[in-house]
Amino acid sequence: MTLKLGVPSKGRLMEDTFAWFGARGVTLQRTGSDREYAGAVSGVEGVELILMSAGEIPRELASGRIDLGVTGTDLVREKIALWDEKIETLSELGFGHADLILAVPRFWADVSGLDDLDAVAAAFRAEHGFRLRIATKYHRLVRDHLREAGVADYQLVDSQGATEGTVKNETAEAIADITSSGATLEANHLKVLGGPPILRSQATLFASKTSGADAGLMAMLTAKLGL
Amino acid sequence: MSGTPAIRAEAERLFALFQSAGAVSVEAAILQPSEVLLDLYGEEIRARAYVTSDPELGEQMLRPDFTVPIVQAHMQDGAEPARYTYMGEVFRKQEAGSERASEFLQVGYEVFDRANPATADAEVFALFAQAVGDAPLRASIGDIGVLIAAVQGLETSARRRAALMRHIWRPARFRALLDRFAGRAEMPEGRAELIGALDGLDLAQIVQGAGPEIGLRRAGEVTARLAALREDMDAAPIPAGQISAVNAILNLTDSADKAAGQLAEIANQFPAIKPAAQGFAKRLNALKERGVDVAALTYEGSYGRTSMEYYDGFVFGFAREGAAPVASGGRYDALTRVLGQGRAIPAVGGVIRPELLVEGAS
Repeated sequence: MTLKLGVPSKGRLMEDTFAWFGARGVTLQRTGSDREYAGAVSGVEGVELILMSAGEIPRELASGRIDLGVTGTDLVREKIALWDEKIETLSELGFGHADLILAVPRFWADVSGLDDLDAVAAAFRAEHGFRLRIATKYHRLVRDHLREAGVADYQLVDSQGATEGTVKNETAEAIADITSSGATLEANHLKVLGGPPILRSQATLFASKTSGADAGLMAMLTAKLGL
Repeated sequence: MSGTPAIRAEAERLFALFQSAGAVSVEAAILQPSEVLLDLYGEEIRARAYVTSDPELGEQMLRPDFTVPIVQAHMQDGAEPARYTYMGEVFRKQEAGSERASEFLQVGYEVFDRANPATADAEVFALFAQAVGDAPLRASIGDIGVLIAAVQGLETSARRRAALMRHIWRPARFRALLDRFAGRAEMPEGRAELIGALDGLDLAQIVQGAGPEIGLRRAGEVTARLAALREDMDAAPIPAGQISAVNAILNLTDSADKAAGQLAEIANQFPAIKPAAQGFAKRLNALKERGVDVAALTYEGSYGRTSMEYYDGFVFGFAREGAAPVASGGRYDALTRVLGQGRAIPAVGGVIRPELLVEGAS
């Protein structure tokens, strides 16, 4: 029996994860060629490294096919209903910070918060004959947030990438997306809506509550990681 | 196919009862085009209905209710007056962890009749009372029409009345707006600064200076709203007496016969609701004529405000204490206008869930 640890398979997120574990005496590394998704673990017993898409890690944790995984809070909350019954937060890792925010064109001088967005949505629908479109891939989180605030007369349109460009391309009037620096928003003539973000996200080490992981191995690993 | 043989048999019994009351049986497709439902209910329906897609037909939903397809069919080629009944499954996503069924049978009865709304309301209510029989259920009624009349009678700008009307079915938001328009709550954060910064400046220039004009919402729409906001800053608060009348309407809970008297009293202070209060009294008489014991009915001023947002008059429900209604319904005149593309007809109806009736009996 081993503990299966899912880690994003590429980019900054993978490198920062490797560094975080490395600083605690657990060495994660890719093996084989650059292109091969295989990994090795040293410094602790019984842990198997599985490199996978960050977007799939929440689902695998929830179903218990992996015991541990590193991914963003945003993805866990968006993808898994009742996530905290299936997944436990072990530690926030202190990198991969990003906020899920709503943004509108900068020239909308009349809009600073959700209250304005709601009023604009009503006027937009009356003027254009359809509901104001908000482009996002975070449907659940955005819908819950807007329901809570009592925003009506909008619709979500799916956007899996280049979301900031949708307003200029006239496929949406506003967007909801993850932003870390705001530079992309700025470059696309958008501004963040005032008030707290929909969600503050960061890279987090999660454990599955459904995988039936070996308690001894888990205790050894968490002790080693100082959790 | 949902339901045990007992539930099916109960559904058949109700279906036959509604037919014997003079309704024509009708069918509706299980797959409904998303567009109409989305337009009507908004994004929330995506959280509540099962959505699927077809490469040819586009986004489809598993029928979340019968009302919309039945009204559509009637508005296209229905005779007048008309009474319809239907029986079949509806599909609703439930909150994660909820014990509620996501697929269940509904049997419904809908009346499209211009002649006399009060008697049509009474006819539907009495029929549903007969359908649930002596099951130990609490019968509640309400009247969204009274609240609508109150909002439309408020002494304030047309814009403020429209904002309140739009949120009648979202109680928390409605309350926040009402408090603000009464001058009892702050304007949204940043509003005063925004308006202050506009002082004496050309609005079009402000918009132009804020950033390049992108997207379908045009600069003219932004300046128009800025002008509206500036105007709204100077609007007088809604008179305190009218706010307390609205609160009295919302908080009124009493037996239906006493509620009629109380509504008449509120109408003396706030004459705008007089016709609606009289309509309520007329309906109560129609119910009595049908043999309904109105003293045993509970009137709730806020009944029907959090469910589907198409009821705009009489509303009713039969439920066990603290449980989902076994049967519910109401008047939805505005819906026929929306789906009738210019044509409209007064309509009232309701649905009953046979499995909840059977559950209660066993």
